Amino acid sequence: MIQLILKRLLTYIPVLLIVVIITFLMIHAAPGGPFDAERVASPEIIEKLNEAYNLDKPLHVQIFNYLYGAIQGDFGPSFKYPGRTVSELIMSGLPTTIELAVYSILFAIFLGVFSGLLASLNPGKFLDVAPMSISLLGICIPSIILGPILVLIFGIWYDFFPVYGWGDNPGDKILPTITLGTAYAAIFARLTRGGMLEILGQDFIRTARAKGLSETRIIFVHALRGGILPVISFLGPAIAGLLAGSFVVETIFQINGIGRFYVQAAFNRDYTMILGTSILFTFMTLTFVLISDILASFLNPTLRDSGGLE
Amino acid sequence: MRFLLVFLILLISCSESTEQKSKVDIYTEKGILLLGNGTEPSGIDPHLVTGVPEHKILLALLEGLVVFNPKNNGVLPGVAEDWNVSDDGLSYTFIFNPDAKWTNGDSVKPEDFAYSWERILSPDLGAQYADMLYVIKNAEKFHKGDIKDFSQVGISITNNKLKVELENPTPYFLNILTHYSTWPVHPETVEKHGGMISRNNQWTRVDNFVGNGPFKLESWEINKALRVSRNDLYWGNSSNKINGIEFIPIDNELTQDRLFRSGGIHLANTVPTEKINRYRDERPDELYEHNYFGTYYYRINTNKYPLNNINFRKALSLAIDRELIVKSILKGNQKISYSFTPPDENGYNPTTKLDFNPIKAKEFLEKSGYDVNNPPLEILYNTSEGHQKIAQAIQEMWKKNLGLNVVLTNVDWKVYLTRETQGEFDISRAGWIGDYPDPFTFLDMMVTNRGNNKTGWSNSEFDNILKNAASQISTSDRYNLYEKAEKILIDELPVIPLYTYTRTYLLSQRVKNWQNNILDTNPYQFLSLE
Repeated sequence: MIQLILKRLLTYIPVLLIVVIITFLMIHAAPGGPFDAERVASPEIIEKLNEAYNLDKPLHVQIFNYLYGAIQGDFGPSFKYPGRTVSELIMSGLPTTIELAVYSILFAIFLGVFSGLLASLNPGKFLDVAPMSISLLGICIPSIILGPILVLIFGIWYDFFPVYGWGDNPGDKILPTITLGTAYAAIFARLTRGGMLEILGQDFIRTARAKGLSETRIIFVHALRGGILPVISFLGPAIAGLLAGSFVVETIFQINGIGRFYVQAAFNRDYTMILGTSILFTFMTLTFVLISDILASFLNPTLRDSGGLE
Repeated sequence: MRFLLVFLILLISCSESTEQKSKVDIYTEKGILLLGNGTEPSGIDPHLVTGVPEHKILLALLEGLVVFNPKNNGVLPGVAEDWNVSDDGLSYTFIFNPDAKWTNGDSVKPEDFAYSWERILSPDLGAQYADMLYVIKNAEKFHKGDIKDFSQVGISITNNKLKVELENPTPYFLNILTHYSTWPVHPETVEKHGGMISRNNQWTRVDNFVGNGPFKLESWEINKALRVSRNDLYWGNSSNKINGIEFIPIDNELTQDRLFRSGGIHLANTVPTEKINRYRDERPDELYEHNYFGTYYYRINTNKYPLNNINFRKALSLAIDRELIVKSILKGNQKISYSFTPPDENGYNPTTKLDFNPIKAKEFLEKSGYDVNNPPLEILYNTSEGHQKIAQAIQEMWKKNLGLNVVLTNVDWKVYLTRETQGEFDISRAGWIGDYPDPFTFLDMMVTNRGNNKTGWSNSEFDNILKNAASQISTSDRYNLYEKAEKILIDELPVIPLYTYTRTYLLSQRVKNWQNNILDTNPYQFLSLE
């Protein structure tokens, strides 16, 4: 198992390298540079700026310099924010973005698994149709619509929750968490329902019932373990998606995470910031997928031998 | 079910707090202003930054030789308590206020300004606003590296006085000094944290920052808030009624609008267009709409056929119904442009005209000899719903009034800038906000080969008039010359002005002494909260 994890960790190196090189080439191929502004600077100034940020060097030298620095943890200075490094800017928002993602995923798991379970135990009945219809709605409404609606109702009309911020006022984490987590709760609900229905129809459940085990024990000890597997497998990509998608929620609720840097860096042609955030999101995606694979292998005996990591 | 119950209990428990005062109420009592401030500032180094959010912050932290007068767009004493202008208008002598201090207790000296101006003019710093100081003798030469010795630049110091010699009499020199690029930095601090020409200088960090403005830097949380508090050492502190300011970066205007409505900020610096009418009806006292020193226009690439033909350009302009654009699309009280420089009723007010006349337009099109069956022309604009609506309307007007086919090209901001600079466009949308309240900030842009001209247009008479205007001491003589230049511009139309910008924003009634001015600048020490 440990060997397999190490093997997976080794694959990080080529993946990250490819991401850096492709991103690097793409941002340099895009028209416009970091110092283009409406008020045109003279060619001499642009030359000086390029010199100051090593953009006057040939591309392969720039990539090499960047990689050399990145290996040592130096992701370079931000072009947009003079005097600040990319690492510093990322670290200023990363804890908030992670916290938002964790709360959202917990909310999504709790609500999704609960409604999926409820639906799977009442197939075809109201308690199946209602949560599944709502979940379809949850998948369909993007956070950019859901957020402002929640703010309007619970923030402005009824004044239950603050409409912006993160950790500044009591209750200000609730609306962003719901906004970001709802779509995933809906997906988890459908995955749980599907997984549970499949498991509940299997022979070992029938055997358990024949042996006279209590329904609660059958569901929570025997069925749920297998029924929740699709949710666990989806957890990695879901967390990665949440982190990358936090931009919208961070904007709606004025949260100081890194989602905004991720998107704005591309518009600003802030080369080092684009690379830094791309590396971070690639690393996190790989890591969360790995974690969810490890979890899945613990829950599914058929995957355990291979560690679920092949 | 249990979850729902828990959720409801949570909701009810939270709702108990509804009787609490809003943040605006609480902060008003504390004397702290809460300002929605656009995007996260890229920095607070006056010689490196270029944007409006940065300007709003620097207005609190630093002070130049003079201070912008929000009531009449003029100037008030700042670090300089007085100044003398020579009869020929070529030299200014500033007498320093002995009470002007840096936040570390040092006095603000003329040497600090000399150091600061040397810094911004140093070619190695790569400052984008260095040309603001080109009016000073030899400043341009120093910045372009033609002279290396800064002592040759027209700045000298005697007896705690700063003498500035200019290239030409520049009656708006004092107005230029209200721009943050001319404001001072504390030399020892800048040297200590990276040196004069380092772009990676750490002097603007909270722990390092030394300023001389009415407020001092308290904290800076990226993407959250930058806080400043009253500077007790500021020479005018006794009349400052504001204890602190929180600049909140909000780049989404809908988020900002919700924040304003929920009592989270005193000022929302923009209003979503679709909500303007509602605010007019429901909260007229909080909605501010006033002229802004900016023009929205279409830039014409005069190097290209058929746009190199004056008659063709006239046809384009005559076929635009500006009133329709302003009334039906913008709906924000914008004024139709009849000149490139925005008019100022109390100052420069050009008499040029831009008519809407489809019949005349057709005549000029015929005169130009252009065949409308040629491949379509392109209107280039950066991604924005507002620009798109205007471009669509103009596309329709040109089709209807001239039979002209036009395609619209919507590109990302940086692509748009690159294409404009490299001349890869036919017609592009453009906007310009004046840096200081003088027509020169607009007209100078259209001088041959100026970086911001971008149209390829060149007219030696226009260039000469502007050169001549620069040496005029009398304002009325200068304005007359500007008007002549303006007439050439409107006659030849390398740019087609569409409307004069309006500043539209929301301001809590708790903020007092706010002045509507064309630069939308209100030094905070003149405001109060009630």
